Amino acid sequence: MSTINRRDLLPNLLPNPDDFLIVSGLAGASKDTAGLTDDGANLFTMAGAMGSTVSMGLGVALAAPTQHVLSVAGDGELMMGIGSLATAASMMPNNFTIICIDNGMHAETGGQLGHTSRRTNLAIMAEGAGIPSVLEIDSPNQFAEAAQFITDAPGPRFLWARVTVDPPTAYKRDFDLAARRQIFRTAFQAKNQAD
Amino acid sequence: MQAPDRETWSKLVFDKLVDANVSLFSYVPDFGNTDIIKMADEHNETRTVLLTSEEEGVAVCAGADLVGQRGVICMQSSGVGNCPNYLSLVKGGRFPMLMIVTMRGDYGEENHWQYPMGQAVIPILEAMGVLVIQVDREDELEHATEAAISAAYTGGQGVALVFTQKFLGAKAF
Repeated sequence: MSTINRRDLLPNLLPNPDDFLIVSGLAGASKDTAGLTDDGANLFTMAGAMGSTVSMGLGVALAAPTQHVLSVAGDGELMMGIGSLATAASMMPNNFTIICIDNGMHAETGGQLGHTSRRTNLAIMAEGAGIPSVLEIDSPNQFAEAAQFITDAPGPRFLWARVTVDPPTAYKRDFDLAARRQIFRTAFQAKNQAD
Repeated sequence: MQAPDRETWSKLVFDKLVDANVSLFSYVPDFGNTDIIKMADEHNETRTVLLTSEEEGVAVCAGADLVGQRGVICMQSSGVGNCPNYLSLVKGGRFPMLMIVTMRGDYGEENHWQYPMGQAVIPILEAMGVLVIQVDREDELEHATEAAISAAYTGGQGVALVFTQKFLGAKAF
């Protein structure tokens, strides 16, 4: 059984969230990333198009090879777009990390158990897809190892973080995706011109 | 009427996409997009992204747009049926999107299986707010391609450039 409370996960893994461009998936994953960054301009959160988080992060990573790009998804979202692990592995972007926050259930729709609570092993699926660096964690004792994995392991990386059923970060994020697209684009352009 | 030479029309489309600074060519293989993808593989300034399913391309292109780059998705028409939920990014987020769709299941199709999806392609695209620009004849090719590129990357629309079987010719069974 995991002993990681998801509210502690991202702050420990990503002490400098401004160092990343982040795309996060539905529900809890985006509450956690929005809480981490205060819904920052380097974050694009989803509340629809379920399954697309890894693919969207991959698009960012391929188009911005000097940036470290994170896709953060729950287990339900990841399973819905599971083929995208193969797509990411085929492209081999060194600047791309996938974090799956796996609570083993569809918490947003009432806590129905998901595949990872049954027989599905996401580490084996990621390895099978061809992702070169895969790490599974289920204890806060592994936070330091996981943080180093994100910065140092050869990419693309897949971090499978098994967490308890405790609720995600309480954060009300902006759901206006057209506005958020503009905010992200404008901030990225400004930062890269300044660099 | 003989179908136009695939390599010739593919070169025209590819060159116009490169001129428009399209750098990512995501795709699920189809007979109709074979040459475009080969050209994108061989060109210095473009990359191809092999997808497991077409909807991934919608998200890949949206991701590229977030950092100011341009992508396209090349697919057979049956792949349009995999895309609608992800196309929320177009209608809801105003992400520009250019889909290069080569048709099955329309003019002269001999495979029973292709008709249900083939006939649903345009209603599905329109339902998700994607502008459809069709190419039926060789003399429409150049303007249609230019119109699709302008609508997507200057006009900020989701656009499908649809090559019909009237243009491509139907596969014989």
